[in-house]
Amino acid sequence: MSWILLAEQTLNGLQFGVMLFLMAAGLTLIFGVMGLINLAHGSLYMIGAFAAAGTAAATGSFLLALAASLAAAAIAGVVIEVTVIRRLYDRDHLDQVLATFALILILSEGTRWIFGSFPLFLEVPDYLSGTVTLPLGVEYSRYRLSLIVVGLLVALGLFWMIARTRVGIRIRAGENDREMIGALGVDISRLYTLVFALGAALAGLAGALIGAIQSVQVGMGEPVLILAFVVIVIGGIGSIKGAFIGALLIGLTDTLGRFLLPKLFSLFLEPSAASSVGASLASMSIYILMAGVLLVRPRGLFGGT
Amino acid sequence: MTRETVLNAGLMTLLLVVPLAAWTFDEPFLITLATRAVIFAIAGIGLNLALGFGGLVSFGHAAFFGLGGYAMGILAHHAQTYTALATWPVAIEGTKSMPVIWLMAIGAGALAALVIGALSLRTKGVYFIMITLAFGQMLYYFAISWSAYGGEDGLSIYVRNGFPGLNTMDPIQFFAICYALLLIVLLSVNRVAQSSFGMMLRAARQSEDRVQAVGQAPFRLYLTAFTISGAITGLAGALFADLNRFVSPTMLSWQTSGEIMIFVILGGVGRVFGPVAGAALFILLEHSLGGSSEYWHIYLGAILLGVVLFARGGLYGFLAGREQADD
Repeated sequence: MSWILLAEQTLNGLQFGVMLFLMAAGLTLIFGVMGLINLAHGSLYMIGAFAAAGTAAATGSFLLALAASLAAAAIAGVVIEVTVIRRLYDRDHLDQVLATFALILILSEGTRWIFGSFPLFLEVPDYLSGTVTLPLGVEYSRYRLSLIVVGLLVALGLFWMIARTRVGIRIRAGENDREMIGALGVDISRLYTLVFALGAALAGLAGALIGAIQSVQVGMGEPVLILAFVVIVIGGIGSIKGAFIGALLIGLTDTLGRFLLPKLFSLFLEPSAASSVGASLASMSIYILMAGVLLVRPRGLFGGT
Repeated sequence: MTRETVLNAGLMTLLLVVPLAAWTFDEPFLITLATRAVIFAIAGIGLNLALGFGGLVSFGHAAFFGLGGYAMGILAHHAQTYTALATWPVAIEGTKSMPVIWLMAIGAGALAALVIGALSLRTKGVYFIMITLAFGQMLYYFAISWSAYGGEDGLSIYVRNGFPGLNTMDPIQFFAICYALLLIVLLSVNRVAQSSFGMMLRAARQSEDRVQAVGQAPFRLYLTAFTISGAITGLAGALFADLNRFVSPTMLSWQTSGEIMIFVILGGVGRVFGPVAGAALFILLEHSLGGSSEYWHIYLGAILLGVVLFARGGLYGFLAGREQADD
């Protein structure tokens, strides 16, 4: 019984990790290429989830809802980039933090104004609900399994795009030397808008996919945003590979910590104390992991020196 | 007298006259608003020491604010339930005495800032912002899961803590205590800013290499500033919890960090009195906009965006002109 439960929790951790990667990939790309710290990334996640919930309610189609989340988040990303973010590239990080914090306030309250304070729900479609039986007799939610598959496919696609395509070459060139690619005739401001929209679309997709497991509500983006920060700090800011490894590390540490730590403490503490100490420690485990990584490598696992 | 001095004096007078007038006309709500502004100002002054003078963009000051709040909550909780805080290795009792609580809050804030600072200051720039944010969030989740002190629901205190010779439940007397503490904090921070340490700190913000060349270690300057900063913000947290007679994980949340930052920015980064103006302005906005619209955060966001994009000096930059001396 216990091994099957452990396998299930490990899969949950993996699923959490790949979803975190969708968020962290955009953040780390935007920082790597434009040098911008974007707190409003969580709002794009929220916009994706709301667009999906709204579309699913209107059309009943889950795939259309996912398409809507991608489109809405990308469009919101372009609008935000052109109106506000573009003015922040030359500013210091303090200004970027404040301006994007202001954007969170505006976007969150704006969403509350349009959709109200009550959470919306996004239904998992029939063909993805229920469970599947994996080898060794592990029963696992079909939807969560598809999240893992989709997340890994998107990650593969992203790696391929950055390594093999022309846009990818430009993005990598932009990370290395912005002025030089400008001098070589690449339209930098279009490249920036594109990267921002790409990051936004990934965040929006993550919001829609997670929205079907949790409820869709205002403020859903910020906890994920902060976890994504932890991910890219661990992985090294600007590194997609680091974001991927970091996201899986965080996903597994968090999920397995919540599962295993109370059990571990119950070996030598009474049950109620064990569950409360275990839960407290589990909620801090990823931050302790982050502090540990920083002690050894202040610029993250894959950060430059 | 420079324009800034006049502005400082005017600001402090206004902050004293408004509650006194409210007291005369028996408007206790206005006194409470002014007390909130004073407490937020203290929190902002704490952050400003790290942010304005040291250039350390901390997005985790809610940690110190909340710890100060919990220092008050835990001590008073044990005092009102007549239980001991600890029995081993030394017996510690709870207390309802404000000065003792303040000392504990200052100590908790300083200690937390020392530890968080020692870890976070190994990094710079964006890393520092994200890491302070993450540590703040760590304490937030810890407070939520720590059921012994209320968990998500927080801790309520029935009667405000006491100060010898004063009735702290009387709004104007509690205001007086907070205002006096604000003055003490302002004077101390002003002294710190004028001291050789303050000079070195500002120098380090501008050029670490030069500071190093004259034999000072920037890391130690930053860590000292960050620790003092945490201590001051911790004190503000204890006062805020006492004002509400309530402490909850919300005080530790990242939104609180953002708000403390807003006090500093609205007033003017790096001015000793800046956060006082910023906090007063914030309370004014919250009250006037919050009264007229449920969605006042939209306007707050728009104003903040405007200040960041177009009026970088904040209120002080607008009214008192450019900073003198070192910029």
